[in-house]
Amino acid sequence: MNPFAYSRPDSIDSAIDELVTEPAAKFIGGGTNLIDLMKENIEKPSRLIDINRLPLTDIVELPDGGLRLGALATNADTAYNPLVKERYPLLSQTILAGASPQLRNMATNGGNLFQRTRCYYFYDTSMPCNKRKPGSGCGALNGYNRIHAILGTSDSNPLTTCIATHPSDMCVALAALEAVVRVEGPNGERTVAMADFHRLPGNEPQYDNTLQPGEIVTAIDLPANGFAQHYNYLKLRDRASYAFALVSVAAGLELEGNTVTNARIALGGVAHKPWRKTEAEELLVGKEAVAANFRPVAEKLLEGAKGYGHNTFKIDLAKRAIVRALTEAVTMQKATPQ
Amino acid sequence: MTYIGQPVKRVEGADKVTGKAKYAAEFNVPDLTYGYVVSSALVKGKITSIDTSEALALPGVLEVFTHENRPKTAWFDMNYKDMDAPPGSPFRPLHDEKIKYSGQPIALVVAETFELARYAASLVKATYEQEAHETDLEAHLAEARDPAVGVASLLKPPPPKPRGNADMAMMAADVSIKARHVHGPQHHNPMEMFATTVEYGKEDKDGKPYLTIYDKTQGAYNSQLYVAQIFDLPFSHVRVISPYVGGGFGSGLRPQYQLFLAVMASKALKRSVRVTLTRQQMFTFGHRPNTVQEVELGASSDGTITAIKHDAKAATSQFEDYTEVVVNWTGMLYDVPDTTLTYKLKPLDIYSPLDMRAPGGVTGDHAIETAIDALAYELGMDPVELRLKNYSEKNWTEGDKPYSSKELRACFYQGAERFGWKERNPEPRSMKRGHNLVGWGMATGIWDAGRLFARAEAILTVNGKLRVSSATADIGTGTYTIMTQIAADTLGMPIEDVIFKLGDTEMPLAPFQGGSMTISTVGSAVKQVCEDLGKKLLKLAGKDAKSPFYDANWKDVTFFDGELRLKKDPHVSMKLVDIVALNGGRAVSETSTSMPNPLVSGKYSKHTHSAAFVEVEVDEDLGTVTVKRAVTAVAGGRIMNPRTARSQIIGGMVWGISSALQEDSKMDHNYGRFMNHNLAEYHVPVCADIHDLDVIFVEEHDDIVNPLGAKGLGEIGIVGMPAAIANAVFHATGKRIYDLPITIDRVLY
Amino acid sequence: MQTTLSPPAPVENASAALPALGTVRLTVNGTAKTLQIAPWTTLLDALREYLNLTGTKKGCDHGQCGACTVLINGKRINSCLTLAVMHDDHEITSIEGLANADGSLHPLQTAFVDHDAFQCGYCTPGQICSAVGLMNEGQAKSEADVRELMSGNICRCGAYPHIVDAVTEVMGIEKQA
Repeated sequence: MNPFAYSRPDSIDSAIDELVTEPAAKFIGGGTNLIDLMKENIEKPSRLIDINRLPLTDIVELPDGGLRLGALATNADTAYNPLVKERYPLLSQTILAGASPQLRNMATNGGNLFQRTRCYYFYDTSMPCNKRKPGSGCGALNGYNRIHAILGTSDSNPLTTCIATHPSDMCVALAALEAVVRVEGPNGERTVAMADFHRLPGNEPQYDNTLQPGEIVTAIDLPANGFAQHYNYLKLRDRASYAFALVSVAAGLELEGNTVTNARIALGGVAHKPWRKTEAEELLVGKEAVAANFRPVAEKLLEGAKGYGHNTFKIDLAKRAIVRALTEAVTMQKATPQ
Repeated sequence: MTYIGQPVKRVEGADKVTGKAKYAAEFNVPDLTYGYVVSSALVKGKITSIDTSEALALPGVLEVFTHENRPKTAWFDMNYKDMDAPPGSPFRPLHDEKIKYSGQPIALVVAETFELARYAASLVKATYEQEAHETDLEAHLAEARDPAVGVASLLKPPPPKPRGNADMAMMAADVSIKARHVHGPQHHNPMEMFATTVEYGKEDKDGKPYLTIYDKTQGAYNSQLYVAQIFDLPFSHVRVISPYVGGGFGSGLRPQYQLFLAVMASKALKRSVRVTLTRQQMFTFGHRPNTVQEVELGASSDGTITAIKHDAKAATSQFEDYTEVVVNWTGMLYDVPDTTLTYKLKPLDIYSPLDMRAPGGVTGDHAIETAIDALAYELGMDPVELRLKNYSEKNWTEGDKPYSSKELRACFYQGAERFGWKERNPEPRSMKRGHNLVGWGMATGIWDAGRLFARAEAILTVNGKLRVSSATADIGTGTYTIMTQIAADTLGMPIEDVIFKLGDTEMPLAPFQGGSMTISTVGSAVKQVCEDLGKKLLKLAGKDAKSPFYDANWKDVTFFDGELRLKKDPHVSMKLVDIVALNGGRAVSETSTSMPNPLVSGKYSKHTHSAAFVEVEVDEDLGTVTVKRAVTAVAGGRIMNPRTARSQIIGGMVWGISSALQEDSKMDHNYGRFMNHNLAEYHVPVCADIHDLDVIFVEEHDDIVNPLGAKGLGEIGIVGMPAAIANAVFHATGKRIYDLPITIDRVLY
Repeated sequence: MQTTLSPPAPVENASAALPALGTVRLTVNGTAKTLQIAPWTTLLDALREYLNLTGTKKGCDHGQCGACTVLINGKRINSCLTLAVMHDDHEITSIEGLANADGSLHPLQTAFVDHDAFQCGYCTPGQICSAVGLMNEGQAKSEADVRELMSGNICRCGAYPHIVDAVTEVMGIEKQA
């Protein structure tokens, strides 16, 4: 961990000012990922701007029927919030499938958006990694890549190759729910749709998201439709809890009788960002909610998927997981052991 | 009032639940400095330059030790050999520019604070010249060769010579099966990371310092020997203290490199130094080696096994021939005339492997006990029946010695009964719960019941309290408690008046805690010394001609309720505190040595046995496997403390689940480096993985193993579990998965 | 619809100067403590290395094991992933603060001893602090809930069945058949 200064601004504006003045500074919220990365010498901020005391912890209802999640509300407070549990049970379930109770008590909603990949090569400063050190190569491509991405990867140019995944669970549900990220910066406020918040590695794998210099996430807005009747977060991992997803599926369905009128599906553990494909979801609309109709959706979502050896199994596993997740969302009978 | 056999609560329990128990990195030493290790990025080659200037420029950084400036230490390999060193040339930290494995320590930064040392370590820059490396066992199997033989071979005998003609017998067999198993490496990962705190004391007239070393070790004397030999210090100058060990599982059997580095720095800087490894660095020394095994079994149609071939090839380092007993167990469990057991090593560019809970046993048992299950299916026999039919009454791998005791049949019967085995439909895929397939599997387990030499001291203080000590360890096994029970019973004292101390080289010699031998070895010494102290007390009590004990012999007396009593008339008694008073105001003490009598114990083969029964649920669509319940029945001789004994077996069963389903140190052979070197990606079970585990201790009487009749339980709990789980997965799915761990991808594809 | 923005330029930290020591006031187990430390000291290291409160354990230093669990204002957290300086007006409770002033143990401490819910003891303070946090949270209603919500604490000795016994007993949760 490198030396750094520490400050605790008393307003959002002064927090933004501090970051604009000192671009090598970083905001610290829960710190669960940032401190870890600093200990590994991956993040080396010149200053930590402690935003924990800023008034961004509330969870409030929006006039349009949606819900605003304060950026500094903890994951635990969000998951156990009565409004979230009632109206966005998918989000609640998803948050509780991630990390551990201790980490959920620390981690903030805003911070969750900024989790960095768990790629072994990113995390080990002895190894080449285009995300950590642009142009140094990708150790994972021909290495041990069981936990790596199968969709949206960048693998044609050795100097920009990246097959890392985004590790968050919460973001997968946020993507399915079409949440909107509220951002403030030197140029005022703006909103970013979840689909646009994270990015694919492309030629610049060092960038995880589209946030601009000096910007701070203040809240995450959930649209009114929470898919609270038929939803499911299915997470497949190597142990029953406290492990990152090999593959995960956040699914929300609206049904009339047994006919799908609206569907949302987002995948975790398979790409550099939560993976959604609206064409796949549209395949379901008007169809009967049965497994036979889920399989083409799974095929569509995984279209273009590519394995790199150890992770090739994820392609078929993701399809199986999608079918199971949707099946369970219909019956609301959770039968998956983990 | 007897304590042995009672579920006495851990005597050190309150210290552990209040945070008072101190581990190696927790001793408050004045004027302490902190060392932080820099690890090699390269797997093989040499360091061409190492730049420490940036680190040294920081105020508060005291020194950066590298191979270029390290203080001189002993020259000969012999000096680096600890008590558990396999044949070869032990690794020497910072010895020269050569890099022998990825993660090798290449520098130690010492600074006034931990944070500063950690930061300065990040500024040390090394350049390397790379050489071609070999880390892939499977790619080099053909080069495997016989292991070198050394002192370690006494405890780890090589396979017996083949007997009969297994190939011929295999061809003649009515049915036969053949399998190949690949096991990945595993790392012990005790919760406490390896740490050493060296307190720099006064110097003698030659300038040699007295060091008090708080070390994470399973054997204080082993660390002392290592330090004294390498750093040319008299034993009197090296005191090693290790009262609590935050998990060992074998990792503390050998001194690890933080001990060397901390002592080196302390001696050079004349300061107290603490070096704690990081979790990542916990993947840069010993591990359970990866292996490739091939098993063939032949049998006649009535279920008599007629031919066995079991071959294992294991990885070791380029500098030591680490061996473990992998295939011999097969011969112990199944006494088959035509048997060939073979074991070979392939040196690779890795660190030397190191004993890890039931080393070799859990590896070999998985292969043979999976094969037996497969054979049972070929024969259409129940797997328990098949094992009973081929039950061995003697151990041919040790020259046909009879077992000192072997209640394995009782394990089968009682385990099967408790589990409900007779309800099993043997047909694979026949049992379901919801949409999950249910599988029931079982396997036999076997482990050594060895005993070594140990010493112990007992002191009866003037206020009538008994203090017993021996420099053994308690890595969580229950040593503190059980030794206290033995001492209290031997001298008939209330347990509150007895204290047992361990983990300090000021105490009498005991071997490292390993191989499930502590009760047998140290327990016998504690019993011995308490008896010897009792004899001394009797002598003291009978010194006066008017004493009722004047004529009494040892066989005439008994110790009970804090008193010495005549057996024939228990009313004739003397309080122990009153006997001590006869010693002129001084405590009465005794030190004794205990060792097995080879003339008696050498005639027998001494082992613990177990039968593990497991139920799994397999979600066939998604490939998940959950161990829903398991019963392990153990024949472990006399159970000293059912409470701690149960914990030992439960812990072993959790390890079995871990080994079967989760643990795997994943090496990237391009870089020769373990990549999942952290506890987020090296999976061991969490609470949610562990369901209903049950333990049965069957009655087993054994006069041979040691005077207590107790066998160790530290390892037997893990041995049968991986095979039982793999067999249950087969029963559930009809698919035989040979390699471990059985992860989602292996179930599905 | 949001326009796609180009990502910001990377910024490398250039600061090499050592961080200045500052005064940090921590309330640990009801006692105010004043420390002269730099911002880079984690709460875990502050407890262990600066306050000699070594009951809180370092098992991985990366939030992957739970051995460092303490309570901040009654909520369980991993003290290795937070900085001491961030907690200057918080109530910190470590394992040393759970027993009563007269030395009598917290019910969870007693239950851990009674059920032999540990072996080596290294994860134990974290397990117990985690269980206190679990009870404060009030989310666990069943044995299965306890297993899931105690999964942030790794016990390498494998004492989980006994840990669950101890915690469910203190919480008054019936054992599942």
